[in-house]
Amino acid sequence: MTDMLNWVNIGPVSTIPQQGARTLQTETDRIAIFRTLDDQVYALLDRCPHKQGPLAQGIVHGHFVTCPLHNMVFSLETGEAQGPDDGCAAKVECQVVDGTVRIGLTELQAGLRHAG
Amino acid sequence: MNHVPANIKSAKTRIVVIGNGMAGMRTVEEILSRAPDKYDITVFGAEPRVNYNRIMLSPLLSGEKDFDEIVINTAEWYTENNIHLYSGDPVIMIDRDRKCVISRSGTKTEYDQLLLATGSDPIIIPIPGHKLDGVVTFRDVDDVDTMLGAAAKGGPAVVIGGGLLGLEAAVGLQSRGMDVTVLHLAGHVMERQLDPSAGYLLAQELERRGITVITEADTAEIVGSENVTGVHLKDGRMIPADLVVMAVGIRPNGRLAADAGIAVERGIVVDDVMTTSDPDIFAVGECVQHRGQCYGLVAPLFEMAKSCADHLAEIETDGYTGSVTSTKLKVTGVDVFSAGDFSGGGETEEIVFRDAGRGVYKRIVLEDGKIKGAVLYGDTSDGAWYFQLMKDGEDVTELRDTLAFGQAFAGGSAGNPLDAVAALPDDAEICGCNGVCKGSIVSAINEKGLTTLDEVKGHTKASASCGSCVGLVENLLAATLGGDYQAATVKPICTCTEHDHDSVRRLIIAKGMKSMPEIMQELEWKSADGCHVCRPALNYYLLAAWPNEYVDHGASRFINERVHANIQKDGTYSVVPRMWGGLTNPRELRAIADVADKFEIPTVKVTGGQRIDLLGVKKEDLPGVWADLNAAGMVSGHAYGKSLRTVKTCVGQEWCRFGTQMSMSMGVELEKMTWGSWMPHKFKMAVSGCPRNCAEATIKDFGLVATDGGWDLHVGGNGGIHVKATELLCKVTTDEEVREYCGAFIQLYREEARYLERTAPWIERVGLKHVQERMVDDEANRKALFERFMISQKNAQKDPWAERASEGVDAHEFKPLSMVAAE
Ligand SMILES: Cc1cc2nc3c(=O)[nH]c(=O)nc-3n(C[C@H](O)[C@H](O)[C@H](O)COP(=O)(O)OP(=O)(O)OC[C@H]3O[C@@H](n4cnc5c(N)ncnc54)[C@H](O)[C@@H]3O)c2cc1C
Ligand code: SF4
Ligand code: SF4
Ligand code: FES
Repeated sequence: MTDMLNWVNIGPVSTIPQQGARTLQTETDRIAIFRTLDDQVYALLDRCPHKQGPLAQGIVHGHFVTCPLHNMVFSLETGEAQGPDDGCAAKVECQVVDGTVRIGLTELQAGLRHAG
Repeated sequence: MNHVPANIKSAKTRIVVIGNGMAGMRTVEEILSRAPDKYDITVFGAEPRVNYNRIMLSPLLSGEKDFDEIVINTAEWYTENNIHLYSGDPVIMIDRDRKCVISRSGTKTEYDQLLLATGSDPIIIPIPGHKLDGVVTFRDVDDVDTMLGAAAKGGPAVVIGGGLLGLEAAVGLQSRGMDVTVLHLAGHVMERQLDPSAGYLLAQELERRGITVITEADTAEIVGSENVTGVHLKDGRMIPADLVVMAVGIRPNGRLAADAGIAVERGIVVDDVMTTSDPDIFAVGECVQHRGQCYGLVAPLFEMAKSCADHLAEIETDGYTGSVTSTKLKVTGVDVFSAGDFSGGGETEEIVFRDAGRGVYKRIVLEDGKIKGAVLYGDTSDGAWYFQLMKDGEDVTELRDTLAFGQAFAGGSAGNPLDAVAALPDDAEICGCNGVCKGSIVSAINEKGLTTLDEVKGHTKASASCGSCVGLVENLLAATLGGDYQAATVKPICTCTEHDHDSVRRLIIAKGMKSMPEIMQELEWKSADGCHVCRPALNYYLLAAWPNEYVDHGASRFINERVHANIQKDGTYSVVPRMWGGLTNPRELRAIADVADKFEIPTVKVTGGQRIDLLGVKKEDLPGVWADLNAAGMVSGHAYGKSLRTVKTCVGQEWCRFGTQMSMSMGVELEKMTWGSWMPHKFKMAVSGCPRNCAEATIKDFGLVATDGGWDLHVGGNGGIHVKATELLCKVTTDEEVREYCGAFIQLYREEARYLERTAPWIERVGLKHVQERMVDDEANRKALFERFMISQKNAQKDPWAERASEGVDAHEFKPLSMVAAE
């Protein structure tokens, strides 16, 4: 089943620091929103698949983030772990429209439907 | 006048060497290896230093090497070999009748035999303005120092002369941040070594690097009132310049010999065993003229040194018969090779190979089926092979069709470099500078059990000069030792770069690079903005190199240092306020208790470093927690930083019946002096008031143990997975000394250790002796280190908590985003 996405605005790209990230708390979890050196914006769940490390606190380089707890590196584009490691960080839909960052939330995340 | 009395006549033959340069000292080395006890050796050198590798002045200028790395013979070497060295004291007269030399300081030294090795002088074109300040030549370390002085201010520079030296100077100055123009009289650069095509490719590459090359440029005048301001060309053009380097050629230095009545034409005339017109006087190096020929490269003069030493040691020798030379340009990333006569024409044929895509050009000139000359640009790996074929006069008719593709192709092997060296004959020359052939390297490897490049260098001199044959020597090691050979390659910082930690650090200073993008651009980083391995390292190196100037780059720090708290496994943080020397008081304790209550902090714990740790603080609460702690006078304990963590103390003479020194107040004082300083890794200290050592000072990075009369200073210890006890650095008596040694030690560690290297592995790597030499034996250096430490502390001691709790620094770190509007 594909959930319909609920798009929310979270403000201009400039609210996120370059080579950095900020978080967005939803009804069910926390989302990490990254901005790269070349001003691309990506979003992943703020939860490392290894041991739940907060990815938003990691070092952002190229289109990757390094988890602050044990240094696994994830692609911001696909969420996939790089190098020898296995694992995939959950990707969250994200767009920039007219300089404004929009995040696509599931109904659960948006609080429109309650987890059963 | 200083008279060295003649009556203390040693049984040894007295030889005096004039010129402490490459040819003179090589001859001395060759003599020592043949007849170590025959001579009583005295050396006069005009330069105030030991003998160094002049070739390496170019990398010294560009910052790729430092002076210590280009020294050939250290002061100890002279002492060990009983050589009297008068450096900075040129000989001004040779008295052949009395068989003695007189130096500028007035020293008069008698000789039985005299060796002239005075090198050559750079030519200065006597155009108007050539004496202005800021006009230099490129010959010795002083010249390099002058250029670096000018380069430090940036601005435009002009190099007159587009030969080997001029171009190396231009590239060096450009990499030091100057805006460089090369003026060259001929139609293309390096016209003596390159044909027009290769010259064009080279000039194009230099232009691509930002150097302007003007050919057919005839200089009329150098202008300026005191310091130069520009260069005027005959065609009317004016090129601005704060520095003018004249690199238009060299002239053999035979003045001293001519004054003494020795035969001098273009150079000092010598025979095949390097004897001058006076049978007791010999000459080697660039100052000589042999069979009508003068040389300006090291390979011939090393051969002269051998023949001369054979003769002096009374060993049967064929003598020196002249040299065929080849040239390589030492500019990183530009490969140029030339050898022999490549003018073409007449009876010659040519093989030309071009690959524009790879920027490769090769031209080989043949006559009667033999190689007469070769010019290679872009890919010089086969230079040594062509050179060998040429020197041997080998008939290459059979190879003609594939000659341009190089040796690997000719040998039929599929381009495997190991097969290629294995296929070389034993007399193939590997190191052109030092004339070392394959056979001698292989036998040295086998007979002396050599396994590393440095050992081969030490035993055979192969690759010890210009270094361009390092690859060949390594392949030879690999081919000879098979699987036993482990290349001692430098370990790059990470996959973003080829550079290792030490070279990056040196280049940051040498090139004056002050930002991360600049480093990544200049040093050709392979990724756009680095990674979590190199960025924190670069950030630290920049902070250490440019204190009070470089602005810390938060996005290149690990989260703990970015938010000034320790991340825990659940993503909450722990907060440790500073308690100087482990001391606290009721007011601070009350404030801590209040904070713990107010923010519902689940765990409060005493740490191993005598501090109180508040664990489980939510990120968004951090500024509030800090504000309350600040209000009670507490600041960040840096329990998260690669910086001073804690100074642990025992109760000492203040309370303890055994105490001999005030360990608590000493601990507080040291902590107040050193907190806030960023370091390669965390740094812990402890102070014990007597040898019972209750503060466990001997497993700290810097530990003090009190004695009756003062303090024992210990360094390089740590707890952790591999417990390491400290080593004794030295003993001091006053508190003042403790402060100075402590600051100097930290600064040495900050400047020399690699990022993420704690003091224990650092000292293991460089040796305690090195640390002692730098800061215990050398008082001036210790004071300089301490001063640099205190300077860098000026802006470092700002409480990061206060900046964030009340000044709004990095507010985005602590506030989550919110949804503006849901659609
Ligand atoms: C920047 C640079 C790059 C070079 N690159 C290369 C290269 O890539 N490949 C190559 O083969 N060659 C290169 N060379 C050339 C090479 O360095 C010289 O051929 C070599 O140093 C000559 O050795 P020498 O002993 O004859 O002269 P020097 O090494 O110059 O030694 C002569 C010494 O004698 C001293 N002296 C002179 N007069 C007196 C006196 N009256 N009393 C006491 N001392 C005196 C001088 O101060 C000097 O120290 C380069 C040279 C320079 C400057
Ligand atoms: S180290 Fe010495 S002075 Fe310090 S507490 Fe122990 S016994 Fe006392
Ligand atoms: S000893 Fe291990 S578990 Fe305990 S604090 Fe240190 S790292 Fe964590
Ligand atoms: S929790 Fe992310 S790497 Fe371990």
